[in-house]
Amino acid sequence: MPNALGLERQDYRAAQSTLCPGCGHDSIANQIISAAYDLSLPMPHVVKFSGIGCSSKTPAYFLRGSHGFNAVHGRMPSVATGAMLANQSLYAIGVSGDGDTGSIGFGQFKHLIRRNVPMVYIVENNGVYGLTKGQFSATADEGAKLKYYGKNELPPIDLCLEAIISGCTFVARSFSGDAKQVQTLIKAALSHRGTAVLDIISPCVTFNNAPDSTKSYEYGKANEIPLHQIDYMPRGFVPEREEITVKSDYELIEVQMHDGSYIRLKQVDKDHDPRNRAAALSVLEKAQREELFLTGLIYYEEPRPTLGETLNLVDTPLSALADEQLRPSPEALAKLMATFG
Amino acid sequence: MSTVNIQTDTKTHSAYQGEPVINDFALMIATKNGSGSQTSNEVLIRSLFRMGIPVSGKNLFPSNIKGLPTWYTIRASKDSYIARRATTDIAVTMNQDTAAEDIANLPEGGVCIIPQEWKWGQTRPDIIYYEVPVKSTLGMSDIPSDFRDRIANMVYVGACAYLFDIPLDIVRQALLDTFNGKEKPANMNFGVVQNAYDWSKENLVKQDPFRFQPLDLTTGKILITGNEATALGALFGGITVAAWYPITPSTSVIDGVLDHKHLRKDPETGKDTVAVVQAEDELAAIGMIIGAGWAGARAMTATSGPGISLMAEFTGLAYFAEIPCVIWDITRMGPSTGLPTRTSQGDLLFIHFLGHGDTRQITLLPGSVAECFEFGWRAFDVADQFQTPVFVMSDLDLGMNIWMSDPFVYPDQPLNRGKLLANKEKYEQFVAEHGEWYRYRDYDKDGVPYRTIPGVDHMRAAYFTRGTGHNDMAVYSERGDDWLQNLNRITQKIDNSRVLLPQPIIDFDAQNEIGLVSFGSNDPAIEEGRDRLAAAGIKTNYLRVRALPLAQSVKEFVLKHKRVYVLENNHDGQLAQIIRMEAAEDTRHMISLPLGDTLPMTAKWVFESVMHGENK
Ligand SMILES: Cc1ncc(C[n+]2csc(CCOP(=O)(O)OP(=O)(O)O)c2C)c(N)n1
Ligand code: SF4
Ligand SMILES: [Mg+2]
Repeated sequence: MPNALGLERQDYRAAQSTLCPGCGHDSIANQIISAAYDLSLPMPHVVKFSGIGCSSKTPAYFLRGSHGFNAVHGRMPSVATGAMLANQSLYAIGVSGDGDTGSIGFGQFKHLIRRNVPMVYIVENNGVYGLTKGQFSATADEGAKLKYYGKNELPPIDLCLEAIISGCTFVARSFSGDAKQVQTLIKAALSHRGTAVLDIISPCVTFNNAPDSTKSYEYGKANEIPLHQIDYMPRGFVPEREEITVKSDYELIEVQMHDGSYIRLKQVDKDHDPRNRAAALSVLEKAQREELFLTGLIYYEEPRPTLGETLNLVDTPLSALADEQLRPSPEALAKLMATFG
Repeated sequence: MSTVNIQTDTKTHSAYQGEPVINDFALMIATKNGSGSQTSNEVLIRSLFRMGIPVSGKNLFPSNIKGLPTWYTIRASKDSYIARRATTDIAVTMNQDTAAEDIANLPEGGVCIIPQEWKWGQTRPDIIYYEVPVKSTLGMSDIPSDFRDRIANMVYVGACAYLFDIPLDIVRQALLDTFNGKEKPANMNFGVVQNAYDWSKENLVKQDPFRFQPLDLTTGKILITGNEATALGALFGGITVAAWYPITPSTSVIDGVLDHKHLRKDPETGKDTVAVVQAEDELAAIGMIIGAGWAGARAMTATSGPGISLMAEFTGLAYFAEIPCVIWDITRMGPSTGLPTRTSQGDLLFIHFLGHGDTRQITLLPGSVAECFEFGWRAFDVADQFQTPVFVMSDLDLGMNIWMSDPFVYPDQPLNRGKLLANKEKYEQFVAEHGEWYRYRDYDKDGVPYRTIPGVDHMRAAYFTRGTGHNDMAVYSERGDDWLQNLNRITQKIDNSRVLLPQPIIDFDAQNEIGLVSFGSNDPAIEEGRDRLAAAGIKTNYLRVRALPLAQSVKEFVLKHKRVYVLENNHDGQLAQIIRMEAAEDTRHMISLPLGDTLPMTAKWVFESVMHGENK
């Protein structure tokens, strides 16, 4: 069925995946395709970014009508920052891995968030370096075991925690085995004006899918605890809207996004209000302490000004300025030269 | 100076025999870093400039915020020579830590201006001392105590004005210039200048031959640093994104962009058309400008050697994925942190071949502040034209010191965005003409493909950019023939740039058997050195390289001479190595003369090095 742009879902696909059959990253790519198709995203106005890794290959597999930039290992954030300054009117989707983001690119990840570059930042988190054949990544759990590298003795980095303390205003965790939640979160993230971080546990079937691994399919399927049931309602599509009010016991939370859409959270864990920063931090602490696989929208806040707004940039994309706006006049130069005489 | 100076003149000034020395001497002011002497030195330079005397200033400062010694040399030259002079005739010693050495370094007949209250004594009978009471002169003026230390330097301005004939009304004007027309600070400083002048007039007996006299050789000229010129050039070149990480001596490039950004404000909304981002490091800075250049911005960064080191992987990507961006390297002494506040031309080979695998980066080499301005805008055109990173190598001397120049010339060409299909119409027109569009296909057989940018509103205008192997349809490929075809085309593109990049400046006379080759900020020293050589009977031709890859004329120039000297300010003779690499057939008669002594080149060194080479 064609969407509002007259495009079929398959039009949002791109090259054939070359990942291992069953790789979690492919399911996420599929949910990006579905979300973009559902939202009728205009592909020429979307940009895709990635670093290096199996995960970072996936932008070649979705949205063929969008420009993509497969950058260098860990440095996707800076490339995205520059591109989004050149043209603030674009939608940006970045895909990275836990190695790409949690190790080599850790600094850039945090600084991108700090600057609030408007983009969806997806980490396909499998606890290993897939592309270099199965070394531990910095998100591997303490005590996790791998065939060649033995036992991981170091504590994991929690990317959601890192995102929140860096000033991220949209932070979610999900599981690539939970297709519906992934897709809904991607849609919500695309509606967010600012950096939206999705840390999606995405099993590496080749190097880290043993049942005792917390990054495996089996573990995820058995242990995922969604904090809430999450629905996304695009702009202009708000059924039963009038009847809904935010209830004080957090049974139902509705958030209006910047573009006029809504997300509605039916709370499972009634203690968690994603609009409360302290609650978000403590739910992540709790998850780590009690080894709980909690998913959903961990933290949400009214977005801060984006980088382009902070810099007071003109509304016209800088890439589309006319020559007259790019070069001051001969008179301006003459006037300037007089001040140096 | 306490820096070991292999370029020092030992002979005394020829005019010390009683004849006055007019407008042809150099002054050295020794102070402590952070003492505010920069203002007084600038006032002296501006005063001479206002008197119509060609002048140049060199700041020799430590890598320190406060306390370590700083020397500033000011050269006046009736012959318009603006290179650094090896020896200074006059020393203003305001720093007790270095005074002994500063005095020892004066030539016979030299002049020392020294604070009276030091009670230093006049240890050298062969020089002239003027002892000036700094503290009590300052006490005569009503100066708020927190300004005192800084304004103390105005005492030597007043003393110099009296001793060497700088009219006080001109000093006042220069003060206003320095304080951007602000009367209050100008007046406060001028009070001290006046008192020091009056005291000197009453108490000092002029015993030395040095004098300034008005000339009319600076009319219509400007005074500016290379880095500010670069910033202005960039603003006139349409810069839209600047990302950087602070590092001496490049910082003032971006400061200049910020200072003059108003030139590019949108008149209606007052909003900016230039985004300036202070990145978390140089890796992020280069990533940002590559992302921006890819998406259609005119993007630039400015850095120095350590920053360039961090940019290697990314510039290799931009070279291979063919993304325009501009990187200014204001070089300083390396390797490593080296001497952050000393000049050098040591990054030439590093920049030109930056990136792993086979890369040859286009590199522009400005030799004056006017060329800093010109390459400031032109670099964007070159980057867009060849869809590649463009490096511009300036240096600390050119970038941070004040230079006299003709006013900058307005760009003689409109902006050149190269083969950019910037919107739907352009894209559709291209496809109508060629039946297709593929990102890396060589439609014009000149190695330069056509590119689109995100936001071109057409479903087929997108392509996937990657640093991995790709074919001409921008599709991932591990095939050897795809790889070769792609890299051959890029090589062809870079080779083609030779004729389109700024060509060498050549001064050639078929009679002359000796050729000099150099680049960048050495230019004034080479020109003056050639005059000295000619006076000694050695006439030389001169070629100044302005871009890499080398123009064909460099090779021809080398072949046309009996002996060629390549003079440059690094340790290993890097330009000579590049010429040898490209013109291997016959460079046995080419002699590499690298300096690399941490200081700007002098005519004396040029003269003596070539004389030595000629066995004279
Ligand atoms: C500068 C640099 N160092 C090392 C590598 C090798 N490398 C490629 S991918 C990768 C790790 C990728 O791990 P992750 O980001 O978790 O992605 P995954 O493959 O697991 O999806 C490494 C170390 C590289 N490409 N570049
Ligand atoms: S190695 Fe792992 S991460 Fe990489 S494609 Fe295979 S399953 Fe996916
Ligand atoms: Mg991984």
